Amino acid sequence: MSDRVIFFLIQVLNGVQYGLLLFLVASGLTLIFGVMRIINLAHGSFYMLGAYLAFSFAERTGSLWLAILIAVPLMVVIGLALEGLLFRFLYVRDHLYQVLLTYGLILSLEEVRSIFFGDDVHGVRVPDLLNFSVKLTPTLSYPVYRLFMSAVCIAVGAGLYLFINHTRVGMSVRAGALNREMVQSLGIDIAVIYRLVFALGVALAAFAGMIAAPVASVFPGMGNQILIISFVVVVIGGIGSVKGAFIGSLLIGLADTFGQVFARQIAGMTLYMLMVLVLLWRPAGLFGRTS
Amino acid sequence: MMKESGPVTRRTILKGLAASAGIAAASVFVPPCFAVGQTAKIKFGLMLPYTGTYAALGKNIDDALRLAISQRGGKVGGREVEYVVLDDESEPAKGAENANKLVARDKVDFLIGTVHSGVAMAMVKVATDNDTMLIIPNAGAAAATGPACAPNIFRTSFTNWQPGFAMGKVVADRGQKRAVAVSWDYAAGRESIGGFKEGFASGGGNVEKELLLPFPQVEFQPILTEIAALKPQLVYVFFAGAGAVKFVKDYAGAGLKNSIPLVGAGFLTDGTLEAQGDAAQGLETTLHYADGLDVAKDKAFRPAFKKATNRDADVYAVQGYDAGQLLAAGLDAVRGDMKARKELVAAMEKAEIDSPRGKFTLSKAHNPVQDIYLRKVMGLENKFVSVAVKALADPARGCKMA
Repeated sequence: MSDRVIFFLIQVLNGVQYGLLLFLVASGLTLIFGVMRIINLAHGSFYMLGAYLAFSFAERTGSLWLAILIAVPLMVVIGLALEGLLFRFLYVRDHLYQVLLTYGLILSLEEVRSIFFGDDVHGVRVPDLLNFSVKLTPTLSYPVYRLFMSAVCIAVGAGLYLFINHTRVGMSVRAGALNREMVQSLGIDIAVIYRLVFALGVALAAFAGMIAAPVASVFPGMGNQILIISFVVVVIGGIGSVKGAFIGSLLIGLADTFGQVFARQIAGMTLYMLMVLVLLWRPAGLFGRTS
Repeated sequence: MMKESGPVTRRTILKGLAASAGIAAASVFVPPCFAVGQTAKIKFGLMLPYTGTYAALGKNIDDALRLAISQRGGKVGGREVEYVVLDDESEPAKGAENANKLVARDKVDFLIGTVHSGVAMAMVKVATDNDTMLIIPNAGAAAATGPACAPNIFRTSFTNWQPGFAMGKVVADRGQKRAVAVSWDYAAGRESIGGFKEGFASGGGNVEKELLLPFPQVEFQPILTEIAALKPQLVYVFFAGAGAVKFVKDYAGAGLKNSIPLVGAGFLTDGTLEAQGDAAQGLETTLHYADGLDVAKDKAFRPAFKKATNRDADVYAVQGYDAGQLLAAGLDAVRGDMKARKELVAAMEKAEIDSPRGKFTLSKAHNPVQDIYLRKVMGLENKFVSVAVKALADPARGCKMA
């Protein structure tokens, strides 16, 4: 193979790998919207909290794995608490209230982060087991941890698919998304389903932050950047569709990568141009339902 | 009852008259050109980031400036100092409004700030409109001492051009010819790369490609792949903060560190070394400050700053400290008389600042003419290697005073 082809393929790998990480964040966002109709602007903040928790626990325990094991349940608890204390009052309210609440949460969580972890940039060590690279060309190596991240994202995506499409609880989740009253009258406690889905969404975002921490580094405001891109992903994929989020993530990952390679002058716009094109073609997104 | 509630009696008026006569008599004996004897405090308006990403930088500038003043007994030009502090949040949209607050509401004698270039340029605008004295203790935007330069605007830090130019010279002197430059697509990055290109070209080097990312994106993998494909002799980067941490780590992770040397403006490895870990070891950068300088002032400054704040001094602290020294140089010369504006500006222009970074003077455009150091990362320090360029002045393009 010629050099050009090899580097092209490496760029495809870059795009897919970036896209898969986006999927992990965007899936939680789209799930929460799809099931509960909540626009959660604080989703990026959960990503940031996850990263900071991973940093903090990894620092103390010396192991990222252990840190993730402690931090994920902690984030689930935080998710359950937030749902019980705040979000559950908003299901019947207008989207504007949700935007207000979740925007307020962004500011509050940023302040909480500042109090507990400070405002410094931190690095998280790649676990020793995966701290090596594979040589792709004489000059370029690929960190194995990045490949591992992609594998984890695929595994989580597959798990999510099985959970939603092939379990009883998943069935209730799908039913609840379609018709809340009907599900309730069939004797399923929809409040519990909602709480579960919300906690799951929070945990997904935080988990993404945790496994991305070694390559993304940990810094204030890191959630806001990923939040905007995640929204683009969700809109392209169709709001509420996990499958759409998956395809959307890969598209965005590739568009961003090749935007930087082939159209550097407009690299900042390629994502949004893709979004415009998709919406012109399918106004509800690739897999969105028009209601 | 009347006497108690109305303290103004004939006697007090007489006392007042006598006192003012005394003051008038006393003022006969001082040099006539400055209105000395102003007992009112002089007001410094510190507009710095106290929250957000740059909070640590703002705090170091603030503390070091106060240290410089307190080392002079808390007085400059014979007047005590009152600080008016305002958090600029590094928010350019609020820049003009905040600076106006200090100028119009608080009536500060000096505006001092800030870290973020966008906010600093808003301050430059306000200072120009109101003819207020301004000292910039960090932001390196070319315009402040370029097209927007003015007699009342000073800077104690650097221009983005300066470290870039110095690094270009260093690598050109090593005989390198082909480089790739990487940064975010924003003013600071473009100015820094511009400086590097100029320095590099002066020795026959050529920047073959500029890879600019949308600010503040940190997904560097596509760029690293492109660097590997281009195979330049070296890569010059301008990143700071979180972007610097991530780029340095990703560069090492991609296996490029050993085959294509990475060099940059000093901010690449300043205040970020702990987070960068092994990936930063051995990296060379250029800046107007370094660890391990053989400068007497530095050896006195570092322990003093540590004692005052319990934190280690850094380049931002030095810039804040020198803002304090520049203020003192100007105000001492006019004995605290802000009305003697011409003399004040002239004194500041002529000042030779005995800085921890080494002595420096100001250019006609009011930017430091200073040595730029080549540094190398060793452990958690940016160790001094050599003087990259001696007494380097920014070209101050577009400045009418230069």
